[in-house]
Amino acid sequence: MGRYVLRRLLQLIPVFIGSTFLIYALVWALPGDPFAGKCGQRACPQAYVDMMTAKYNLDDSLIVQYFKYLGNLLSGDFGETFSGNAIGEMIADAAPITVRLAVIAVVIEAIIGIGAGILTALRGKGFLDNLVLLSTLFLISLPVFVTGIVAQLLLAGEWGIINPSVSADATVGELMVPGFVLGSLSMAYIARLSRASISENRRADFVRTAIAKGQPNRRVVGVHLLRASVIPVITFLGTDLGALMGGAIVTEGVFNINGLGGLVFRGIQQKDGATVTGIVVLLVIVYLLMSLVVDLMYAVLDPRIRYD
Amino acid sequence: MTDPNAATEFSQVGESSPAQNPADGPHKPRSLWGDAWRELRRRPLFILSAVIIVLVVVIALAPDLFSSRDAGFSDLNRANESPSADAWFGYDNQGYDVYARTIHGTRASLLVGVFATLLTVLIGSLIGIVAGYYGRWVDSLLSRFGDIFAGLPFVLGAIVILTTFNAPDSNPSEFRIIAQVVGSIAVLTWPVAMRIMRSATLVAKQLDYVKAARGLGASTARIVFRHLLPNTVAPVLVYATIALGAAIGAEATLAYLGIGIRSPVVSWGVEISDARDYFQNVPHMLLFPAGFVTVTVLAFVMLGDAVRQALDPKAR
Amino acid sequence: MRRSRWVSAAVMVTSAALLLTACGGGTGGSGAATGAVDPDGKVSVYGTEPQNTLIPSNTNELGGSKAMQAMFSSLIEYRSDTGAPFNLVAESITTSDAKVYDVKLKQGWKFHDGTEVKAKNFVDAWNYGAYAPNGQQNIDFFGQIEGADALNPGEGKQPTADKLSGLKIQGDYEFQVTLSAPFSVFLAKIGYLAFAPLPDVFFADPKAFTEHPIGNGPMKFVSRTPNVDIKMTRYDEYQGEDKYKFKDLEVRIYTSQETAYQDLLSNRLDFIETLPPSATAGGKYKTELGDRIVEGHLLGISAISVPYYVPGYDNLDLRKAISLAINRDQITKTVMNDTYVPASSWVSAGIEGYRPGVCGEFCTYDPVKAKDYFTKSGFTGKLTIASNADGGRKEPLVAACNSIKNALGVECDFLPSTNLGQFRSIVVAKKLTGMGRADWAADYPSIENFLNPIYKTEASSNDSGYSNPAVDELLKTADSTADKAAAVKLYQQVEDLVAKDLPQIPVWDEKGVGAKSNRLKSAKLDFGRYADYSSIEVIK
Repeated sequence: MGRYVLRRLLQLIPVFIGSTFLIYALVWALPGDPFAGKCGQRACPQAYVDMMTAKYNLDDSLIVQYFKYLGNLLSGDFGETFSGNAIGEMIADAAPITVRLAVIAVVIEAIIGIGAGILTALRGKGFLDNLVLLSTLFLISLPVFVTGIVAQLLLAGEWGIINPSVSADATVGELMVPGFVLGSLSMAYIARLSRASISENRRADFVRTAIAKGQPNRRVVGVHLLRASVIPVITFLGTDLGALMGGAIVTEGVFNINGLGGLVFRGIQQKDGATVTGIVVLLVIVYLLMSLVVDLMYAVLDPRIRYD
Repeated sequence: MTDPNAATEFSQVGESSPAQNPADGPHKPRSLWGDAWRELRRRPLFILSAVIIVLVVVIALAPDLFSSRDAGFSDLNRANESPSADAWFGYDNQGYDVYARTIHGTRASLLVGVFATLLTVLIGSLIGIVAGYYGRWVDSLLSRFGDIFAGLPFVLGAIVILTTFNAPDSNPSEFRIIAQVVGSIAVLTWPVAMRIMRSATLVAKQLDYVKAARGLGASTARIVFRHLLPNTVAPVLVYATIALGAAIGAEATLAYLGIGIRSPVVSWGVEISDARDYFQNVPHMLLFPAGFVTVTVLAFVMLGDAVRQALDPKAR
Repeated sequence: MRRSRWVSAAVMVTSAALLLTACGGGTGGSGAATGAVDPDGKVSVYGTEPQNTLIPSNTNELGGSKAMQAMFSSLIEYRSDTGAPFNLVAESITTSDAKVYDVKLKQGWKFHDGTEVKAKNFVDAWNYGAYAPNGQQNIDFFGQIEGADALNPGEGKQPTADKLSGLKIQGDYEFQVTLSAPFSVFLAKIGYLAFAPLPDVFFADPKAFTEHPIGNGPMKFVSRTPNVDIKMTRYDEYQGEDKYKFKDLEVRIYTSQETAYQDLLSNRLDFIETLPPSATAGGKYKTELGDRIVEGHLLGISAISVPYYVPGYDNLDLRKAISLAINRDQITKTVMNDTYVPASSWVSAGIEGYRPGVCGEFCTYDPVKAKDYFTKSGFTGKLTIASNADGGRKEPLVAACNSIKNALGVECDFLPSTNLGQFRSIVVAKKLTGMGRADWAADYPSIENFLNPIYKTEASSNDSGYSNPAVDELLKTADSTADKAAAVKLYQQVEDLVAKDLPQIPVWDEKGVGAKSNRLKSAKLDFGRYADYSSIEVIK
């Protein structure tokens, strides 16, 4: 196990460098003049351009720039925005909100998704099953911004139940609706995943054995069936948490949440390359680590899987 | 669907089984595909989605059959008017006929879907089959290379790529506008197709007759094209169908963010992005094109779902 | 900045009949809200994240200026309603030749840290701003001062000095400014934020200063959370006459105007200087806001430039056809919902020397005549209008394009850029492939500012590449005419010449519509789209 983890960690390094370099190159190298439009209607004074060029090492070759950046990053320095704010601090302010949103989304999708999955799997074919299947297909087909805007229009506009936007504090209560919207897509996957997994396990030998032993139905389902069936679902939830953090840009935009998504989107619009690369690096790390954790969780949850 | 990557979770549910089917069923007289076709024809969802898709394709090919007005028709005097017999979907804030624009926008949206999927599947399959067939360091290298792109969150990656490439030209051609969106979707999603292809190849490689063909000294090209591909094409096909829908959804999402397809090209996404600031007063501006996106994506997802189930004997 | 010479006796002696930029002193309030005024009230205004470090010489955009203008006071200030200047920190500014200016300061002014505002603080601050290695955004503001070239020699050269030779301290409260050439508009500029003084502590540790700015203005810094807010409170020892009538000011950072507007409607935000497109759509804001609308008049003009360098566009008949084909009345009404008015001149209404209808028949919608001119022009192909698409810039131009298309029967496409920066880099590089948006916001309210920068050959914002020797000559004469009335007459003649050539087609004029909360008794919007803080009164 230890060797497996080590090997996976080592494999993460080239992937990490590749992903971040890709973004770094896109943000800094290609647009030509990173200072176009930084000074309003006029062209930037040469003195300003010179100073910023020096500050962000833009005179070096791309590779050198990138490794200088990476070096600072490894010592915990995310750098500064053009306006002189420490990016590390801005990320520290925004990240908890995004994490909260992603966790709420995962919790909501887990509860509803698994619930629907269990219900349909145990009831078998019928009206309910078809209804859930169809509605999951429908949810999958809805672009997130449509879900978000419709929720906003109805809940905030027509019925006045929620505020159309989330305040700077972004409390858990305020994030419920955005979380639901964000989680709606995965909710459908989870419902289908858990349904398939339970259906399959129902025919598995260990469940038949349990039934044959004369155990009460509740115990068969609760202990044997669900525990085994929940493994693929949990792994899905794990990777999803990482993916949701990066995928929250649209949801955060619709509900005006001051999370990482908003920060990075503004960074891109204002061509603040340091912010963009900083956040992408962070998200890539989270994503890669989550997939590692998920793989390891397989081994912990499923006694049939062993690494090494 | 915002993220075409997500299509993978969907298709993976039945991913490995179709590839094994031919091995499972030598005792059956009918072929896998024949079976699947018989199965599909009986499914109302398949018929429904097929009808929708055919309709959408016809609209894309010949929009003038459906709308006498062209996409550029505008009459400011009627701006923001609600749906009526004259304009079924109403007018938007520029006095555009929403129905005419939605009909004429179909082509660009569908083009993005088809070409993004084609590109994704071609690149992904090629790399996937190479990785799966050769294994070892080739596999490790290609898989890690794929991880580099898979590790970038889709929306984020697409924004960065498109912002970068949108920059220099003040008057890009329509081809370029569409190609940029297609390219950025493909670049960020091909690893998904690659993984599906790779694992299907890994399974198919172990089949007895493939081993036999190798033992008999068949050339690599022959093994790959005659023996591996027919066995691996099913899961990729299922993925492609769903991914096509997802790409159309992604086009709309990118346009909503203001970086996807843009004027002068008209697409569903462009309409949606135009409606962004106005839908609260003029909901029909947003709801009709968004409805078209949703129904089309739904049709492709349903089709993919039906094909997957038809190819999977266990699910019958 | 702008090059112009605008001489006037009155200007010479005291300050100038120039005005504008921003915060401004001024008289009390308008608005009908009732209730006693709370002198210790709290005010929150809509803000955007500052794009640069918080140093006066590095702040030139709305986001940063909103906070900095409350915290810093310059030598002079402009009344926001009349535009008349008055001395703020300056006791007097005198010159005899528009080249050497003697500045005397009022005594008793203090920075927020208690140190006195002396001549040295101005001179040091200006030297800092003018010194290239400091990379200040507003460095060009100091370009006319003698010796500026030595501090900012241009690309790839090392500065040979770090002090402006044109600045001489002549005592604690007196200094002399020498320009490299006579330049009367210099007086208009020293009210800018860039010319604010800096306290001694700044030079000890500029980095710490940007995190906690210390100024001499009506408000002192309390705290700042990036992307959230900048908080300030009243500086009780403030000496200027434009004291604020409330205690706490919060510039709250929003990522979307839409959110800010919603907060304003529910009185969680007190002032917003602009309305989001979703609010102006269908005129919704009028019913939603009622008497909370704050209308100003922005000194600016929206035009469409028709570049001479694009093949086929160097054609007067085509210009006339395009201008005639734009239905300005309808577009301002339906698409912009009365937040703009149709324009018929190249100078903004409210400027001395403004005459309505200079553009005459060519700015009046007439599809038949337009078609005639278009046929005569022989133009073939597709027309395009390029602009940045954000901030509601796109909709009116799409409508203009459609209007042109419907009237002339020619294809017309709107070409969007993602943001202003992208668009301006296309324009500045002269890479437009068709028409382009050419909006102009005045730096100071003078007719000169609407002509020199835009129509002079090779001028900084001459987007269409217009060059007319007669215009250049007349501008030169006007710039050096001492008598103000005579100068204005000459500038008007320039406008008449421009009207004949149509290098830019005037389309509309932005009113400037903002809104206030129910908590504010009065609030005003100034010429430059800033909240006039000194006009704000809070209801108890």
